[in-house]
Amino acid sequence: MLPRPGFVLEVDRSTPPTLMWKGESFGLQKLPTGSRVIYAPEPFEALDDPETAVRSALENPTGDSEPLSALLFPGMKLTICFDDISLPLPPMQAPDIRQMVIEAVLDTAAAAGVDDVVLVAALALHRRMTEAELRHALGNRVYDAFAPQGLLQQHDAEDPENLLHLGVTDHGEDVEINRRAAESDLLVYVNINLVAMDGGHKSVATGLSSYKSLRHHHNPKTMRHSKSFMDAPASELHTANWRMGRLIKDSGIKIFQIETTLNTDTFPGSFQFLQKREWEWNLKDRMMFAAASKALDAAPPKMARQVLHGIKAPHALRSVYAGEVEAVHELILKDVWAQQGVAVGGQTDIVTMGLPYISPYNVNSIMNPILVACLGLGYFFNLYRGKPVVREGGVAILFHPTRPEFHPGHHPSYIDFFEQVLTETTDPVVMSERFEESFATDPWYVHLYRTGHAYHGVHPFYMWYWTAHAMSHLGKVIIVGGDPATVRRLGFHPATTLDDALEIASDVVGPQPSITHLHTPPLLLADVQ
Amino acid sequence: MKALRIERRLVRFAAARIASSIGSGRGAGIGPLRLVDVSNLNPPTPGWHAVTPILAGICGSDLATVDGRSSRYFEGVVSFPFIPGHEVVGRLVVDGIDANGTNLSAGSRVVIQPVLGCAARGLSLCAACSSGDVGRCGHLSHGHLQPGLQTGYCSDTGGGWSEGPLWAHASQIFAVPDALSDDDAVTVEPMACALHAAIRARYQPDDVVGIIGAGTLGLGVLASIAFLDETIRVTRPRQVIVGARYPMQRQLATTLGADEVVSPSHLSRSIRAATRSLVAGRPDGRNGQLLGGANVVIDCVGSEASLTEALSMVAPGGRIILVGMLGRVSIDLASLWHREVELIGAYAYGTEHSARGSERTFDLAIEMAGAKKTGQFVSARYSLDHFEEALAHAGAAGPRGAVKIVFEATPSRTTTKREG
Repeated sequence: MLPRPGFVLEVDRSTPPTLMWKGESFGLQKLPTGSRVIYAPEPFEALDDPETAVRSALENPTGDSEPLSALLFPGMKLTICFDDISLPLPPMQAPDIRQMVIEAVLDTAAAAGVDDVVLVAALALHRRMTEAELRHALGNRVYDAFAPQGLLQQHDAEDPENLLHLGVTDHGEDVEINRRAAESDLLVYVNINLVAMDGGHKSVATGLSSYKSLRHHHNPKTMRHSKSFMDAPASELHTANWRMGRLIKDSGIKIFQIETTLNTDTFPGSFQFLQKREWEWNLKDRMMFAAASKALDAAPPKMARQVLHGIKAPHALRSVYAGEVEAVHELILKDVWAQQGVAVGGQTDIVTMGLPYISPYNVNSIMNPILVACLGLGYFFNLYRGKPVVREGGVAILFHPTRPEFHPGHHPSYIDFFEQVLTETTDPVVMSERFEESFATDPWYVHLYRTGHAYHGVHPFYMWYWTAHAMSHLGKVIIVGGDPATVRRLGFHPATTLDDALEIASDVVGPQPSITHLHTPPLLLADVQ
Repeated sequence: MKALRIERRLVRFAAARIASSIGSGRGAGIGPLRLVDVSNLNPPTPGWHAVTPILAGICGSDLATVDGRSSRYFEGVVSFPFIPGHEVVGRLVVDGIDANGTNLSAGSRVVIQPVLGCAARGLSLCAACSSGDVGRCGHLSHGHLQPGLQTGYCSDTGGGWSEGPLWAHASQIFAVPDALSDDDAVTVEPMACALHAAIRARYQPDDVVGIIGAGTLGLGVLASIAFLDETIRVTRPRQVIVGARYPMQRQLATTLGADEVVSPSHLSRSIRAATRSLVAGRPDGRNGQLLGGANVVIDCVGSEASLTEALSMVAPGGRIILVGMLGRVSIDLASLWHREVELIGAYAYGTEHSARGSERTFDLAIEMAGAKKTGQFVSARYSLDHFEEALAHAGAAGPRGAVKIVFEATPSRTTTKREG
């Protein structure tokens, strides 16, 4: 049976309450009659034989590219770069798709007599992955073959010796990327296109670059004019990356791009109810919901976090393409939209979102308040093509406890950003001018990024910039259940219930607003007509 | 006269110490402090002036005494029974002269510079007193007075927590300008302490200075930094970061010119960021011993925790100014040794030297009280009859949105200006 497409439900009296994520727990929320709920399409069927599909893609490339085997030769320098811990979400059950693809690439390289192979995790300014995370992404066989010899590296954007400045685009943007990758005879990039934002030239131009390079597009102006991140032609972020990508290509770097889509099978076994439509919950689903929600509500946040971050998604490979960057990406985008796209008729006054426990930047970590803002306004708000789900001047209502909790090892500069920057300003432009440089070049943050597992010092600024488009678009942001002082620090409004939030929103959208709820996860992309 | 008096009763001191574990100032109810009617004191010798207190402040050292938590160091430099109160604005009972030799008429408002140095004790001036550094007097328990480092700790002089009169030597008396309110004037003594501490900090224009605590002294130091910059060309440091716990403190610290006001738990992180310091041996992102740090840390709390924190955030070769009174504590001083940190006490006042010349700290403090309107720190006035409430309020000043609590010797009623 074909998976059912996504759709928009109109809430009536008979509609059961909607599952609402609120960080490390979830509940059922009755939405006002007349509200719309956007449901994601059901997960597509997995490919029957993913290994064969991967090997076939390598040998049947897309666009102006030879097969991988034809690009490999003895004595060459091969660098295989791969997406980091931020993808996919939640982390997928073993074997990870990166392992599957990289093993196929390595087999092909071995057959061609290639000896000089280095793997590079494309961290950009993200935290270094732990050994366990690398083993999960690559599998023990790959890890044990490369890591002990120092051939499994994590991109270090603060190591001037290992960066190469390739030039400046016609827009004045520095292009500086990983030296090993740039100086290789072939750069193979292994992508996971979880959403439409991922992949394309962004993989190398962002994933392997430095602050000097990233600052040209990770800034308030570019972010504000990316409408949306999921719609590359309308995204300044992507336009800048494409300029950089073409400069990288023109500088003679040969890239063999491998992009993959996964289906949206997000939750395993007993957690499957989290991705089902509520009226289709069976007795087991209801029992699991009752047990899980009660247990998570009662558990200390740390314990609830441990349970939830232990979830591994049963994501399965849906498609894979390899070859020339732009040609590959064009095909992959169609598949992403096919899996996640939902046609939505018109905008709404209020959009509601239940924010789950995980975002790209807190895998095995804490969703701190800045990441809450980023997930809601940077990611969920941008899950659209055409127009935002919520109208200009409308209201976003997020559900999340928004506690002032931080992982000191992963997010040290976030702590100081929260205390020193957000107490002064929430304006992305003002903070970029007054504070960004100092955080970006702080030697302690640099040290922790390079030697520990810390996000780069500038990273909280980038997270805040992700919200820039939403913040300039929205009339008000309300967080239901959020710690009031923390929510206010973010510049938002706290509310205790949805009714309170609607009351607070009424001065912006009036007493009878239209309401649309994004029922995600699983991921969806709203194609707003 | 009605007065609050402290008597040497060890059982009461012990009881106060226990009671104070509930909260600072709670020793007032069962401790050595008693509201009593006593005969007026006689002047120690000719040359002393009777002063009727108008307002008398409650400071941290007073609370420590009332709560039986004072260091035993002070046993030799106080005399029992004594009437506390060394932050005093009052009126001269008869005509007199002040420390500057100016004639003052009866009823003139004066503030008392409480240190009982050589001049007050009828002794030849010691080296410190000769140079105007009366706070360092070497004769505190000698001369014709009973021991007592200050008015308010000496059985012969009386103190501000009374209807008065108390007795003040001419060398202790400073006229209050008409422009100064009583509230401004009662803060002159603590402001003199703050000014003296700021000057002893010897910060430089490029320095980063951390201030631990934003009570009267912390705020006073902050006001002093601005005042010294504006009036006597002691250029303010590049960045002053204050650790302030309570909203009122944060608001005042911002108003008084702090470059950054953060919660006390974040002060070290802010100093680290401001100085772009690395952290010793902590790859986990938690703060710890800074390898760099602030050039100067001014500890206006005076506790084991605050000094430990100061040591963790001061730069190698930097200075810690101990303004808050510290008693017996257990502190690891390895970093002080290893990083060649100066630990500098800042007690009271004396004579300060600057581009404007040599001036008594008290004269500067009077000027500053007017310029910075430090009477804004006075949050509540209490009559002597309500001393237990007053001391409880002072002990919980921060959480209750207050800074300085004062006694009003002859009030018409108990007055609370601001209270959280």
